[in-house]
Amino acid sequence: MSFSESFFAVKFGLSRRDLENYLSEALSRGGDYADLYFEYLATSSISLDESIVKSATQGVSLGVGARVISGERTGYAYSDDLSPEKIRHAAQVAAMIAAGPAKVDKIPLDEGPKRNLYPVLTAPSETAFRERVELVQRADGAARAYDSRVFQVQATYADNLRQVLVATSDGNLTYDRQPLARIGVYVLARGKDGAPQQGHAGGGGRYELSWFQKERTPEYFANEAARQAIVQLGAAEAPAGEQIVVLGPGWPGVLLHEAVGHGLEADFNRKGVSAFSNRIGQQVASPLCTVVDDGTIGGRRGSLNVDDEGNQTQRNVLIENGILRGYLQDKLSSRILGATPTGSGRRESYEHIPMPRMTNTFMLAGESDPEEIIRSVPRGLYCANFGGGQVDITSGNFVFSASESYLIEDGKLTRPVRNATLIGNGPEAMKHVSMVGYDLKLDEGVGICGKEGQSVPVGVGIPTVRIDRMTVGGTA
Amino acid sequence: MSAGALDFEALPDIARDAVRQALHSGATDAECTISEGSEFSANVRMGELETLKEAGSRGAGLRVLIGKRMGSSYTSDLSPEGIRQMVRSAIDLAALTTEDPHAGLPEAEELGSIGGDLQLFSPDVASLETERKIDAARRAEAAALAFDPRITNSEGAAFDSSIGGRVFANSRGFSGAYRSTYCSVSAVPVAAQNGAMERDYWHALARDFAGLGDPEKIGRIAAQRTLRRLGAVKVETCRVPVVFEPRMARTLVNEIFEAVDGRSIYREASFLAGKLGEKIAAPHVTIVDDGTMPRLFGSQPFDDEGVPTRRTPVVEHGVLKNYLLNAYTARKLGMKTTGNASRGITGNAGIGHGNLYLEPGEKTPEQIISGVKDGFFVTELIGTGVNTVTGDYSRGAVGLWIRNGELAFPVSEVTIAGTLQEMLMGITDIGNDLEFTSSLSAPTLMIGEMTVAGR
Repeated sequence: MSFSESFFAVKFGLSRRDLENYLSEALSRGGDYADLYFEYLATSSISLDESIVKSATQGVSLGVGARVISGERTGYAYSDDLSPEKIRHAAQVAAMIAAGPAKVDKIPLDEGPKRNLYPVLTAPSETAFRERVELVQRADGAARAYDSRVFQVQATYADNLRQVLVATSDGNLTYDRQPLARIGVYVLARGKDGAPQQGHAGGGGRYELSWFQKERTPEYFANEAARQAIVQLGAAEAPAGEQIVVLGPGWPGVLLHEAVGHGLEADFNRKGVSAFSNRIGQQVASPLCTVVDDGTIGGRRGSLNVDDEGNQTQRNVLIENGILRGYLQDKLSSRILGATPTGSGRRESYEHIPMPRMTNTFMLAGESDPEEIIRSVPRGLYCANFGGGQVDITSGNFVFSASESYLIEDGKLTRPVRNATLIGNGPEAMKHVSMVGYDLKLDEGVGICGKEGQSVPVGVGIPTVRIDRMTVGGTA
Repeated sequence: MSAGALDFEALPDIARDAVRQALHSGATDAECTISEGSEFSANVRMGELETLKEAGSRGAGLRVLIGKRMGSSYTSDLSPEGIRQMVRSAIDLAALTTEDPHAGLPEAEELGSIGGDLQLFSPDVASLETERKIDAARRAEAAALAFDPRITNSEGAAFDSSIGGRVFANSRGFSGAYRSTYCSVSAVPVAAQNGAMERDYWHALARDFAGLGDPEKIGRIAAQRTLRRLGAVKVETCRVPVVFEPRMARTLVNEIFEAVDGRSIYREASFLAGKLGEKIAAPHVTIVDDGTMPRLFGSQPFDDEGVPTRRTPVVEHGVLKNYLLNAYTARKLGMKTTGNASRGITGNAGIGHGNLYLEPGEKTPEQIISGVKDGFFVTELIGTGVNTVTGDYSRGAVGLWIRNGELAFPVSEVTIAGTLQEMLMGITDIGNDLEFTSSLSAPTLMIGEMTVAGR
């Protein structure tokens, strides 16, 4: 496909010449760099509660963001109207960050190499609505059939199709079609004492709707949510204080996202405010740990053909055998630090300025047998599932909340325990990793990462790992 | 700057027209909400302007009912064709949802707007020159950097402002509109000592520029808060009294909000479901939701379904008095809406709070702390470890250790845990320092005993 056949050229009549003119406008006051980010976002969502499809929503939003960089300064403006005068106005407002005569007069745009990590012919949002409604109905049926103690089921389905176009003053023109879909099931079960417990599960990615028929069905997620709620019915108080902690494979990789990932985003590091600042080449984890951020895995929720600054995403090694190797760069930080962009510039929408962000962050598999890891623990905590986490990147302290965990006693999982927060310090916690399993698993595709008010979809993953020391915030 | 070609005054007609079109297309009821906003933000770091952002956007959302089936849609395109597509889309979707016997708009007699001027809009936010806005951020940061030599770095300081407009119309005769403004100054200094860094934050929020006060004061408070974290240690796991400073105490008010949200109540997904009229907190605890307080950040003349806002006691002297409801959850529970419908542009109305606050007590924060032999004064909480279904509570915490009635040394990398049930019943002291600096407010609170997990 060439630019003239691309979405914005066809639907809004944008030409290469138009884009070049808008970029010239943006640099008319002498800025060093400018880019334009066009976005057209169509979303749908369906929610079921009490076995009733209570809401179905769809809509469209579109706009363009204009950015000008002058030295270390950024000017930004956007418009939800794609008429030439509004785009030009946004470019002029962004240009105000610079003050002087224009340095360039012509900006020839070229298309870079192309690839497609999500070859989705018909996006879920282009599928008949009724087929999508069936997904939540099937989830409801399965969760209720799982166990008679299940008394509430909520199922939600959401998809979007994002069309983006990025044009930059360094001559790069890229466009991408980014489909994304997700199903979520939330279950409440009630035990003998009448107190309810919750369970949730969900997943998705940049796939066709058939993924929910063939790979991960609504029943799969419904059973998982119901299983978690039932397990929690018998949960005892969680321990309090330092413990040996074993993380199960998959979603517990959120540990890496909080403990390591955010602290390696280059904006914090160029400002010197991260606990990982100036530590490249140093030991920040046990030699068993190699952590990567990989935006190129086909179909994954965190994957992108190009980031939101028009650079191809890539596989970035963050920690190699325990040694800190690199930061996640966006254009601004890489310009200032003299580093190569890593394809990590992302933004929530055209209303937002891009920042260095994660894509799919995970630890590579090790050599230990997962069962052997559990057997090695005389007394500790096994965490199978987590809710969210958070980090203070300056002190390095991070938390994440276990939503399904079990006591380990004499090398065996004994009783489930209630929700507890785990807390640690980024550059220290991973030094206590003493065993890494061979069972690397990525999460099911539900992650949302928030930073400075901007949310973007991400993925995480981890094999079974043993951490010799971590504080568990229970009550017992 | 203008957010688009259409004036705010033109938006109510667009909303009413969308409702009319929906009725013509077969809807039995419809409501349309339009919001408009323009934002400005300036970030300064180490004395230099770092980012400047200025723009505006609008969007419309429509909810239609065909009998007891509901569909909704939204668009950022307010042109006649954009509105027509939005109407068509909502009507199409209503055919795909299930009949819900409780679906529907509020009753006509429930609709309306409170009288008087809530003073939510201040023209000076729009007219202020860019240079003065940047200068406010610059002054806040400079004051933080100058405060102490251990303040060695800064994540920056910011000035943010916004002008928002909201329009709502429905097929039962309601049509209303209001505008609001806010501006804020914030600073995030970084302090270093013995190779370890800490940061903290402070900000001021106001409806008008004058209400922000002195930017230097923001910087100084941020610096003091950052400095007192230096040299933090992890304490031994123990059970002690925990004192929440007001900014943290208001997070507990937010947990109460989630537990009295009508949606969690009818689903029995709250530890407070079915507890109306029961004692759920210590007898001196009173929590009120009031959306009618002039200038405050949780005030608006009508909720997002066109029902007037009001004052609703949630907890009175420790007894649970009311849930917070919109029309749907009220119908589900056989009650009346409390004017707490809240929605964005997309989807259906959920539940929001107005100004939700815990009433102040008698003691100063110093008096509360002076009565504690060994305890934990919490200044920051992180993580998501609160389960309002079961009441289980476990969060990461930062603060200061209280020894013999005084703030003795900084503490970090610990958690505090308990259950919300025990925490509410265990509130032993309430400070006299309530300030309405956000739509959630609380004074200093002390909880008699919680588990602090550390070493």
